[in-house]
Amino acid sequence: MLKRALAIITLLIIGYWLAQGLAGVPFGEDKMLVGQYYLDNVKEQTGAVNAVTAVVVNYRGFDTLGEVTVLFIASTGVGALLWKRKKERTAETQGSIVLTTGTRLLVPFVMLFGAYIFIHGHLTPGGGFPGGATIATAFLLLYMAFVQYEIPHKAFEKIEGAVGMAYVLVGLIGLAIGGYFLFDWIWQTWSFGTENIGRLISGGFIPIIYTIIGLKVGTELSGIIDNMVKEEVNE
Amino acid sequence: MISVYYFGSISLILIGLYAVLVKRNVLKMLIGISIMETGVNLLLISIGYVSGKSAPILSEGIGPSQAVDPIPQALVLTAIVIGVATTAMALSVAVILYEKYGTLNVEEIRRLRG
Repeated sequence: MLKRALAIITLLIIGYWLAQGLAGVPFGEDKMLVGQYYLDNVKEQTGAVNAVTAVVVNYRGFDTLGEVTVLFIASTGVGALLWKRKKERTAETQGSIVLTTGTRLLVPFVMLFGAYIFIHGHLTPGGGFPGGATIATAFLLLYMAFVQYEIPHKAFEKIEGAVGMAYVLVGLIGLAIGGYFLFDWIWQTWSFGTENIGRLISGGFIPIIYTIIGLKVGTELSGIIDNMVKEEVNE
Repeated sequence: MISVYYFGSISLILIGLYAVLVKRNVLKMLIGISIMETGVNLLLISIGYVSGKSAPILSEGIGPSQAVDPIPQALVLTAIVIGVATTAMALSVAVILYEKYGTLNVEEIRRLRG
């Protein structure tokens, strides 16, 4: 009881302190400095109409590379922590017939929608990470509905590594052509798709990078699900 | 007067911190950490808001002067993924803790450790 009261008092002090600090930051006012530059120049410099994805992939591409690295390390770490000699799925109850049939029907649509999200990252809200998470949701559905389902491990691990390398490779091609890592060579050197900004074939390398990221995130989250669902089996 | 979004995000951060401080179950602490992450993300997004403007997707009716700040949204996109990654790691550590000690109570785990 005393501990809780002390905690609440401390938290109220911290909250008051944070609120004091935020009182100097007016809500809803224009505070953009670099943001306005991004908004003004995003179409000419990157060919994307979605400013957020242009910032994530193009202007601050290193952030995204680091983020993908974090996700990869997390997936590897989960795999290493939950590593056992013999692991199998030990679920005992099959999903009901409604669930299994519904999953069979839904999974292709969920995957198609995930692919739609990450391919259209430069035009619509979303991008590689939401699209990849949607694809992982499809695999989660399969895991939840079927007792015996397992992801195709060999294909998945190869895709994961290959797309990770492809991302770095795209960056290295930019280094060779334009002089710095993650240089948008498709847009700035080739001027590919310059006349149809706002349509699918535009946006420089953003659709390519986001397809790579979508596949990577999808396979990695599915791998995490796979590791967490399985249990050790005594022989 | 402080904005309701700032108030809400500070409250979320404090609720998460309370769970981390007071709760003894590891899973409840992890829930607290997730709530804190949500609060921080909400705070970042609401700092970038400009009243009356729309999402930073430049389409027919929306020019560069009618969009909100895109940078906090990009930052939060990064922060969400990192939050998910750390949560997945922490959850697998919790699984191992339960297998090793048979309990998720942090005080008992400390006692078992000696």
